[in-house]
Amino acid sequence: MRTTPVTTPTVSITVDGRPLTAPAGATVAAALLADGLRAWRRTRHAGRPRGQFCGIGACFDCLVTIDDAPAQRACLVPVRDGMRVSTDRGEDA
Amino acid sequence: MSGYDVAVIGAGPAGLAAAVSALERGARVLCVDAGAQPGGQFWRHRSEAVMPDDGALHHGWAMYRALRARFDAGAAAGALTYLPGTSVWMVQQVPGGGFELFVTDTVSGAAVQTRSTAQSGSAAQGGAAGWGGQPAATAPLRAATLVLATGGYDRQVPVPGWDLPGVMAAGGIQATIKGSGVLPGRRVLLAGTGPFLLPVAANVLAADGEVVAICEAASLTGWLPGVGAALGVPGKAVEGAGYVRHLLRHRVPYRRSTVLTGIEEADGGTLRATTVRVDADGHARPGTERVIEDLDVVGLGVGFTPQVELGLQLGAGTRVGEDGSLILVADAAQESTVPGLYVAGEACGVGGAVLSVTEGHVAGRCAAVASGARALVAGDGARGADEDAAVQEAGAEAPAGPAAASGTDHGPTAASCTGADHGPTAAEARILRRQRAFAAAMHAAHPVPPGWQDRLAPDTTVCRCEEVTAGEILAARQDAHASDARAAKQVTRAGMGWCQGRMCGFATACLAAGAEPGAEPGADGLADAARRPVAAPVTLAALAADPDPHDNADRAE
Amino acid sequence: MTGTRGCDVLVIGAGIVGAAVAYFATRAGLSVTVVERGLPASGTSSRCEGNLLVSDKELGPELDLTLHSLRIWREDLAEHAGDWEFQPKGGVVVASRESSLVSLRRVMAAQRAHGLDVAEVDAAGLAELEPHISPEAVGAAYYPQDAQVQPVLAATGLLALAEAGGARVLVNTPVTGMLRDGSRVVGVRTQAGDLAAGAVVNAGGTWGGQIAALAGVDVPVLPRRGAVMVTEPLPPVIRHKVYAAEYVDNVGSSDAGLQASPVVEGTPAGTVLIGSTRERVGFDRTPSMPGLRTLAANAVALFPFLAQVRIMRHYLGFRPYCPDHLPVIGEDTRAPGLWHACGHEGAGIGLSVGTGHLLAQALSGVATEVSLAPFAPARFGDGAPGATVDALSAPLPES
Repeated sequence: MRTTPVTTPTVSITVDGRPLTAPAGATVAAALLADGLRAWRRTRHAGRPRGQFCGIGACFDCLVTIDDAPAQRACLVPVRDGMRVSTDRGEDA
Repeated sequence: MSGYDVAVIGAGPAGLAAAVSALERGARVLCVDAGAQPGGQFWRHRSEAVMPDDGALHHGWAMYRALRARFDAGAAAGALTYLPGTSVWMVQQVPGGGFELFVTDTVSGAAVQTRSTAQSGSAAQGGAAGWGGQPAATAPLRAATLVLATGGYDRQVPVPGWDLPGVMAAGGIQATIKGSGVLPGRRVLLAGTGPFLLPVAANVLAADGEVVAICEAASLTGWLPGVGAALGVPGKAVEGAGYVRHLLRHRVPYRRSTVLTGIEEADGGTLRATTVRVDADGHARPGTERVIEDLDVVGLGVGFTPQVELGLQLGAGTRVGEDGSLILVADAAQESTVPGLYVAGEACGVGGAVLSVTEGHVAGRCAAVASGARALVAGDGARGADEDAAVQEAGAEAPAGPAAASGTDHGPTAASCTGADHGPTAAEARILRRQRAFAAAMHAAHPVPPGWQDRLAPDTTVCRCEEVTAGEILAARQDAHASDARAAKQVTRAGMGWCQGRMCGFATACLAAGAEPGAEPGADGLADAARRPVAAPVTLAALAADPDPHDNADRAE
Repeated sequence: MTGTRGCDVLVIGAGIVGAAVAYFATRAGLSVTVVERGLPASGTSSRCEGNLLVSDKELGPELDLTLHSLRIWREDLAEHAGDWEFQPKGGVVVASRESSLVSLRRVMAAQRAHGLDVAEVDAAGLAELEPHISPEAVGAAYYPQDAQVQPVLAATGLLALAEAGGARVLVNTPVTGMLRDGSRVVGVRTQAGDLAAGAVVNAGGTWGGQIAALAGVDVPVLPRRGAVMVTEPLPPVIRHKVYAAEYVDNVGSSDAGLQASPVVEGTPAGTVLIGSTRERVGFDRTPSMPGLRTLAANAVALFPFLAQVRIMRHYLGFRPYCPDHLPVIGEDTRAPGLWHACGHEGAGIGLSVGTGHLLAQALSGVATEVSLAPFAPARFGDGAPGATVDALSAPLPES
């Protein structure tokens, strides 16, 4: 049984300048995961890749820049039409 | 006094029940919740702005809908002020009685408007100069009594490779599916301990994912001593059996006495996990090692860590719960050691949604009575408590998942809890006893996997935020006398990063306390790792803003 | 050199000052035992900022001790600088009004006369030093000698060096009394037994007065609370220690109630520390929202970009201060055998190694490079220990 109905509405966001169609109501983290991305941030000390870990806003691993606001927890922010997401992967990714 | 009679922090099972019961006793209620919509983690569902959730992935959904209806009615009637997407970063006692809540926008950490502009008039332009155009004036949030229904999050112990992309908390996988309708990856391995791994597996299957295996550290022969308790709660056994049947039908291996020893990145961006079978002390049985390839996601969880920091800020008493987590002490009325501070749900002991809801009803009702609410409704005259309780317990525990939820889930209603102003009704007490007995049996059967410390390599990350390794924490204990959680944190920075020790606190406290038998950290040691004077990040602009000079003393009814 | 005498020097307290005393005494060839009631650095040493400042010192003995101590940090301990993140970053005192700049110039002139290195910087120069400083700033004083260490690493590092040199450290060992031979202090009593010593050093920090009371002498150490906020990790945007000109006035004042002038600095971990209040509230651990509010507003006034930056935590520490705002260093002639090294108020980290070095000289019977006379314990007279705050039983602040 599918949990996502075939007719789920979508929104258009950009991730590091790249357009992405995301399920409406999904979190930014879920949208990135749905797009096949599992890591979008580098740790400060050793530059290790991180994505979503706890999924509920407790671990702060999933940080992204959203509409120029830095260090937002991607798992807490629902996607919005026209949202600009920037990650540590940068526009070359 | 001005302000609210009862402030409830959290809108999950316990918080919804507390708010509803307080409302129905006539209290003016404030409910502050970090989530964008009610439900907490247990009833996390798709965004209501986009689509209705049919409850198919949920458990006790009808109970949620019933609570939600009463919650929404309270808000519509103006008796309940509901602040979603809002985090309480600090609570303080007010001299002379009551509590003050300091809040911030959960996502941004910025100031939150706590009064409607219609009421405050000048709130939009008053107070300190707004930084970045945000409303700067926020009315102080005060309440005579406070109910902490702050829930918890997955507890973790580190495993080599657990900080690789694709490794998630089991609850994170579930939140992604239930909240966003997205499967985080196709081939999923779940590992750790506890019955919670089962509904996560069921959700993955329902989302067309593949559960390669469930690695349960416990042998579950520990269920035998507790089977009497388990049988006292028939719904739970049915629930468990339902999950197991479902998983067998999908050929999902459920491997007991099995732990992860490591996770590695493999070619093609997938993960490879190594497992081993263990004996009762957690020692690996030779020759039982297994390698599992081509994983997209590894889900981890060893029970739950309750969120107790607001209680710690107020100096409430704590103890170590039966699952080894730090919890707030609560009496029969769900009151903590701080008068006027009530606790319900995981924050006073992990034990499932029915326990949380029941405790929430008791806490909300008793807090309302204690608050001396002006419009307090007398406790007599309504439906019979026994009838309600029987309906609730039988219905609430019907298995959900693919078998679809039953339609008769109702929690014990406030109206049914007649006459119990300072504690549970007889029916509630029976539910609490049974649920707690079941929880105790469950915890005894699913201890934190023994030997987890022995499976760490010196370079295994323990503090994910500050990238502190097990070797560094053990060296600090050895060379710098850092033999408690606080000292370990101060010397190594474990717990000083973004999450302030939420993920690593339990492990750091255990490692600092040492691995000798009897060296467990205890309540003080766990409290060192659980204390957070700033419970949610808050911007300097929000801190700097003067409070609204018009106190909510003149708050309209 | 143990025997019936026990150790040469018994240090009570393994905070930054106790660790420094232990290190230098060990270096001087003395046998040392440190007894700590909890774990090292569990008091004020782990609730401060790690300041090594000349800029805020009263001219006179305090400054003399400071210059001596800073030289030791920079030169004698240079090989260990990496152990404790020693950063000779310099300090900038920022004036936001012309009148503050005028006062600052007077202060700078007097400081220069005392041998301090300080340069006036105009608004343009300030913007070069700190690109994110408020455009309202009119000028500043730049102190290249101001520096920073990570205070917990410094305390545990000095202690480890002392142990490597043969010192013994007993943790979780509270001192419950003094051992006397007539009027002479000859050791301490602990729950782990009696420890004999040629000299006992009270490095009890904010609890130093209670330690002194065990020997029947008055060393009036009082707590002056300070709150520090810690931001989210940021790129290195703040390069120096930066304070508002009011901070210098704040330090020496004894006014009751709340004072809060901002000190803002970055750390190697990326967080920005925003300190600090100065409150006389005894050992009260309840955070003061007005204090945090004032600190936040003052910090944003210095660096407007901080408005959108979030704090992750704050902590409270209790500075040990004496009524004359000078530390207590040296042998207590009122109780021979007992020495003190405490009461350093908000300068404990900076002054610790100088204190340890000088005290080790005195303990060895060598003339001290800087006179300890101004810091003499006997200046508090022969009165009985004051019944001030019940400090020893006051639990440590949480977090």
